[in-house]
Amino acid sequence: MAEALPIRANTRKSGSFNKRKWIRYFWAYMFILPQLVFFIVFTIYPIIMSYVYSFYDWSGIGPLNKFVGFENYERLLKDRQFWNAFENTFVYMIGVTALLLLTTLLMAILLNNERMKGRTFYRTLYFLPVVTTTSIVGIIMRMIFGNENALVNDVLMSLGILDEPYPWLGKATSAMIVVIIVGAWKFFGMMMVYWLAGLQSLPRDIYESASIDGANAFQAFRHITVPLLLPIGAVVLLLCVVECMHVFDLVKTLTNGGPYFATDMMDLYIYRQAFDVRGFPSLGYASAAGIFFGLSVFAMTLVLVWISRRAKAKD
Amino acid sequence: MRSKHLGQGILHTFLILLGIVWIYPFVWMLSSSLKTNVEIFNSGIKLLPETPQWDNYVRAWTEANFSGYFLNTVIVTISTVVIVVVMCALTGYALGRVNFPGRNLFIAAITATMFLPKGYTIIPIYQVIKAIGLLNTLPGIIVAESSGAHVLFILLFMTYFMKVPHELEEAAEVDGMGFLRTFWHVMLPLSKPMIATTAIMQFIWTWNSFFYPLVFTLNNPDLRTLAVGMFSFFGEHSVDWSGVTAGASISLIPIILVFVFFQRYFIEGISGSVKG
Repeated sequence: MAEALPIRANTRKSGSFNKRKWIRYFWAYMFILPQLVFFIVFTIYPIIMSYVYSFYDWSGIGPLNKFVGFENYERLLKDRQFWNAFENTFVYMIGVTALLLLTTLLMAILLNNERMKGRTFYRTLYFLPVVTTTSIVGIIMRMIFGNENALVNDVLMSLGILDEPYPWLGKATSAMIVVIIVGAWKFFGMMMVYWLAGLQSLPRDIYESASIDGANAFQAFRHITVPLLLPIGAVVLLLCVVECMHVFDLVKTLTNGGPYFATDMMDLYIYRQAFDVRGFPSLGYASAAGIFFGLSVFAMTLVLVWISRRAKAKD
Repeated sequence: MRSKHLGQGILHTFLILLGIVWIYPFVWMLSSSLKTNVEIFNSGIKLLPETPQWDNYVRAWTEANFSGYFLNTVIVTISTVVIVVVMCALTGYALGRVNFPGRNLFIAAITATMFLPKGYTIIPIYQVIKAIGLLNTLPGIIVAESSGAHVLFILLFMTYFMKVPHELEEAAEVDGMGFLRTFWHVMLPLSKPMIATTAIMQFIWTWNSFFYPLVFTLNNPDLRTLAVGMFSFFGEHSVDWSGVTAGASISLIPIILVFVFFQRYFIEGISGSVKG
């Protein structure tokens, strides 16, 4: 993030300096006012209340007056469906990250080469899924994978790989694999652009001096690119992990957590508790799940940051 | 030299073949949207329909109410883009040009909220929208979509305005321009690239947004945007594949076009967020 650099103080000293300064302050406050109001009402307040609600038994109707302490959390930790969704989220995150981390780096290295023809074309092509509406992509993928006569079964059967249609979204393991593959496909371009930005921030003259010193391409990669890329890699990894942990649109539309909760994810589970219920929603319980999960993701990012610091210190 | 050419040839062949597979789902969607329901099931991977069924689009547009979803999406997206660009430009200008008391605290606060662990914030946001009487209205969705701290955009504008030389502002002042007129006539026109980046990124995000519109249209289907309308349409008419794919095409074609024409701004914006 950009540093909060101090602005060069205005050194002009005239009689009206003070008045001029206060007029500028006034306008500055007026300028930040809309964002400040939005920030307090829609960012600060919701963050605080997301903690507060988690200690109440509350359906969203009527006053918030049934304080229950940690009861929601106790119930949460005993709920097998919660742990199932928790585990699935990790499986999904690890699957997508494993598929993407190095493949996207490889593609970025290819497209970062200035002598490569058509690099803008390829970048656009592979980035395209990123900008398409995830919920709609989920539905299209459901049609492509989810039916006996769907495209995937058609292709695999005409190639002779399958003898009869396979219910991809009807079996627990294959449904998770499909969700991971589609999720990775959808996020590939984003990771590629992250890596490209990182590669372009590397100093260029260091390669020239390396090639003058007689280093070949592999040596240059091993001894220059890799150490320089590690800190960037830590950021890319972090962005990927956080993005995957909060998968919602895709599973909601592609499998809706099925079959039998085999692809149920954390945000989907919480959504069900809060909005997708018959009768009264349990907003307090949903909030507790949200806090527990939010803290888990936070702890994981801290560990990743710590590891990358350690790795950096070693070099 | 020849082996190098060969290697390049193999590489390009691979990248193009993979690229075709990569965007094939969209090609399939377009082709299916022009087929009859019987054709989709029986034609295998054959792309071209016997005769293009434009009727699918008419059906999606009128009967399935995609015209309404489309209008809602356009209203929500444009309004959100305008609100976010105005807010971020103003805030970025104040932060970048004036060293007012509390400035550093403000920057620290908005940056910190990005990293703070938080729970399920949609519930309090829902309560706030309800409290100000905007539940089940389009403005409610717009306000929810414009919420958030927009840290990336604010910092983009801030660093940009910081780099503008002081002489420019002083010259404007000598010409008798006040704070507002300097901002409006001198500074804002200079920041066109930042406005474009912010507008394009926010446009794509809001157009694709699913979660907020889903939650805020639960009780009022008339307010659904394309992303949500498509989901419920599929739930109710999952047999009408050609209608669904036509609806999907109506939703995706605009955003793909916006991206292809303005991708420079979008990709630069994302790169900026990582580098920063």
